[in-house]
Amino acid sequence: MKRIFAQCYIWLLLIILYAPIVFIAVFSFTESKVLGNWTGFSTKLYSNLFTGDMQGTGSLMLAIENTLIIALIAAVVSTLLGTIAAIGIHNMRGKTKQAITLLNNIPMLNPDIITGVSLFLLFVFLHISQGYLTVVLAHITFCTPYVVLNVLPKLTQMNPNVYEAALDLGATPFQALRKVLIPLLKPGMISGFIMAFTMSLDDFAVTFFTRGTIGLDTLSTYIYTDARKGGLTPELRPLITLLFVGILILLIVINIRQMRNSNTEEK
Amino acid sequence: MNKRSSWALPYAIFLVLFVALPLILIILYAFQDGSGNFTLANFTKFFTDADAIGTFALSLEVAIENTAICILLGYPAAWILANKKYNRSAVTIVLFIMPMWINALMRTLATAELFHMLGIQLGKGTLLVGMVYDYLPFMIYPIYNILNKMDKSYMEAAADLGATPWQVFWKVQVPLSMPGVISGVMMVFMPTVSTFAISEFLTNNKIKLFGTIIQENINSSMWNYGAALSLVMLVIIGMTSLLQDNKKEVSGGTV
Repeated sequence: MKRIFAQCYIWLLLIILYAPIVFIAVFSFTESKVLGNWTGFSTKLYSNLFTGDMQGTGSLMLAIENTLIIALIAAVVSTLLGTIAAIGIHNMRGKTKQAITLLNNIPMLNPDIITGVSLFLLFVFLHISQGYLTVVLAHITFCTPYVVLNVLPKLTQMNPNVYEAALDLGATPFQALRKVLIPLLKPGMISGFIMAFTMSLDDFAVTFFTRGTIGLDTLSTYIYTDARKGGLTPELRPLITLLFVGILILLIVINIRQMRNSNTEEK
Repeated sequence: MNKRSSWALPYAIFLVLFVALPLILIILYAFQDGSGNFTLANFTKFFTDADAIGTFALSLEVAIENTAICILLGYPAAWILANKKYNRSAVTIVLFIMPMWINALMRTLATAELFHMLGIQLGKGTLLVGMVYDYLPFMIYPIYNILNKMDKSYMEAAADLGATPWQVFWKVQVPLSMPGVISGVMMVFMPTVSTFAISEFLTNNKIKLFGTIIQENINSSMWNYGAALSLVMLVIIGMTSLLQDNKKEVSGGTV
């Protein structure tokens, strides 16, 4: 009885939580301009999205492209920067370690809007004209801490002598890094990379403040402008649906991976 | 061995340039007028502007209400999810976590459109419901995590010593899960108090929150006033994070 009640609560909450997304997904299969108006089943919005064939909204494709490129650059750079930094921080002691850990935590604790405003002021102060570069720099700023946090535990778990052993056996520091350290840190680097990538994809506020006035749009800022104009571009419906399904698959894959990992660890 | 600590140097420089310096700039700009002279005018402007103070109070109110609703709805959900007796499937957990990975703007937009279709007038009610939609997963996840990792023998011990299930829940499980609730509060309260786009979508621009005023000022080149408002927000955020640190010390002292 209690079990049934508990299950009911959980599923009721899930149904309410997912209602808006399901609603968008259902209406992505009809052509109507206005949401909630069913004009028969059609996959036209999907084909429009892929052919880029929509009135005056070619910029949507561009926004998607920008979002992906920025996320990829930010994730790659912050994974490299964060991993090297984590190795350094791991070997630090005392006050310097505390200071750098504190600074590393700030972008994660700060609300997006503060990060955005503060970086905006920085670029104004340094007279850097804002655009692609500043957005990428800003994304690296809030992505790298997550990489550091994901790699540090792998370093603590690692046997500290393996790196020294590699050096003793005649490996150059670079070889020891590539053949010994990196393989050991890889799981942390991968989860850091994934986190950085999704953080960047997800960001709105920081991009909004650092993109300047050159008309650079990521998906988030595109949606923001679009919704403020009133009347949402219908092609956003299939896009949201596809992203949703994509992330669901990604999460399931990650979860299965984690379960396998924890299983092998138990053995 | 210690030579490798220098590997952190590039990142240390990066942090000073892109984290420390920008925050210092917020403080600098907040205490300056347009031509760079020291002034307190930005703050007196804020504290004497009834509209700005009203918006500020409303933002705090909405953030507190949202956090409270998220705890009330989220704690039971997390408890059920972490309880092997009531929930054996990992799928429900993934379903609860997943919205965290989807662009908040998109989710908010979907919610607003749903309200629109149902013919619900956009206003403070829809703002709150939409916020709960957006942030509930962020409350459930940390509480679920801590309940799930909790050593079950504490509860068994309490039951053996004669506590009723209700007492076990209130006197053992709830206090032990407080760190999870606090991280949940941080993950819900801070974004709600600082949001700007979300509130615009959910109220059709009828209700302004504090974040919106910051954005409007920055965008209309009122950098100094915008910086002062950001500093006010930073103080609020700082006070909320103190809550977390204090709790850590308390639990560290007693265990």
